[in-house]
Amino acid sequence: MPWSREDMAARAARELQDGFYVNLGIGIPTLVANYIAPGMKVVLQSENGMLGIGPFPYEGEEDPDLINAGKQTVSELEMSSYFSSADSFAMIRGGHIDMAVLGAMEVAENGDLANWMVPGKMVKGMGGAMDLVAGVKRVVVVMEHTSKDGEPKFKARCELPLTGTNVIDMVITDLAVFSRATRKDPFKLIEIAPGVTAEQVRAKTTAHYLG
Amino acid sequence: MSSSKVYPDAASALRGIIRDGMTLCCGGFGLCGVPDKLIAALHDSGVRDLTVVSNNAGTDGEGLGLLLKSRQIRKMIASYVGENKEFERQYLAGELELEFNPQGTMAERVRAGGAGIYAFFTKVGAGTLVAEGKEARVVDGETYILETGIVADVSLVKAWKGDTEGNLIYRKTARNFNPNMATAGRITVAEVEELVEPGVLDPDGIHTPGIYVQRIIDGSPYDKKIEKRTLRKRQEGAHAVVA
Repeated sequence: MPWSREDMAARAARELQDGFYVNLGIGIPTLVANYIAPGMKVVLQSENGMLGIGPFPYEGEEDPDLINAGKQTVSELEMSSYFSSADSFAMIRGGHIDMAVLGAMEVAENGDLANWMVPGKMVKGMGGAMDLVAGVKRVVVVMEHTSKDGEPKFKARCELPLTGTNVIDMVITDLAVFSRATRKDPFKLIEIAPGVTAEQVRAKTTAHYLG
Repeated sequence: MSSSKVYPDAASALRGIIRDGMTLCCGGFGLCGVPDKLIAALHDSGVRDLTVVSNNAGTDGEGLGLLLKSRQIRKMIASYVGENKEFERQYLAGELELEFNPQGTMAERVRAGGAGIYAFFTKVGAGTLVAEGKEARVVDGETYILETGIVADVSLVKAWKGDTEGNLIYRKTARNFNPNMATAGRITVAEVEELVEPGVLDPDGIHTPGIYVQRIIDGSPYDKKIEKRTLRKRQEGAHAVVA
């Protein structure tokens, strides 16, 4: 049984450490906030200028001036702070954020990431993704193992326009987890979803990896 | 009187400073902290061929979406234009020029422009489409690309409170790009929800000092829009987030 979106988010949450400052991308990465271990202090950063993102507000308490980078209404915590976009990216680019969890269209075996455009088809923009992968200490990708057409997304080389080169440390998919100790190392298969075999993972992956 | 920064409304605050083909910096993130009253006045003025520097392009008909719909924008410099179908249509049809900047690079280009920094080297975007045509430099094995500062003819910003000297305070995440855009305009026009006399705002709490603001209006009342209303149920835990 492949992992669900929730399972993948929970797996990514296991990479968090007490005291981490973390940026979560849009989609499955946002769900990681639901699986922070009890008693662990993790501070969430939002590109639009907030540290200490709280949960979604109760009905009637939503505030148009209080949103996350996905434009969703959020709430404030006692430790929250606000700052400008330039300050926000000084934190990100300057290496002050411990970990980022992002979605991806493609990841390559050399750690390249593509997640911002499909030429001629989808024009949305990179938002803060290029800044995050360039500056955050550890970058974890959470994505489906294959595209809607069944094409592998963990590949020998990215074919889509890149978000960054050699920037990914861990890949969590619905089938498996790949990790590497440093950005000079190759990826290694370290976990497989229950009921999925190593051969099935291999068949749906064109990236070269160990294990 | 002539030295006053205060104008009675958005239209009068833009009079004499806008022209076809000008470059504009605009604060806001999504529909949050967007200078809607000034954008509406810009729309009504009929000014054309604008180059607009703004993180997003609003949504269809909201924020800068208003100026896109009326075809007053020739070029956008932005980091993210999702949520705007008209934008995507104009771009794919070749009717609109678009320069994508990584969000932090855009913020820093604006900050640099306002701070008198001509250009800076950053590793963001190295090895991607963003680096094409830009000078690169390798330092200690890391590749950096040269990005230039941005200075606008006019900057438009939205603040929560302001005084007649142009001192501004923003509220929560409605701050976003506004303080940076305010520094990058040769002329900066601010709209505020509450305009007060000098001495009312705590000098220690000012986010944008009045030197950056040449014109200011009381834009109230405001009907603030929410792009994605996400809520939590009463029984859920303190950290529960549902997406």
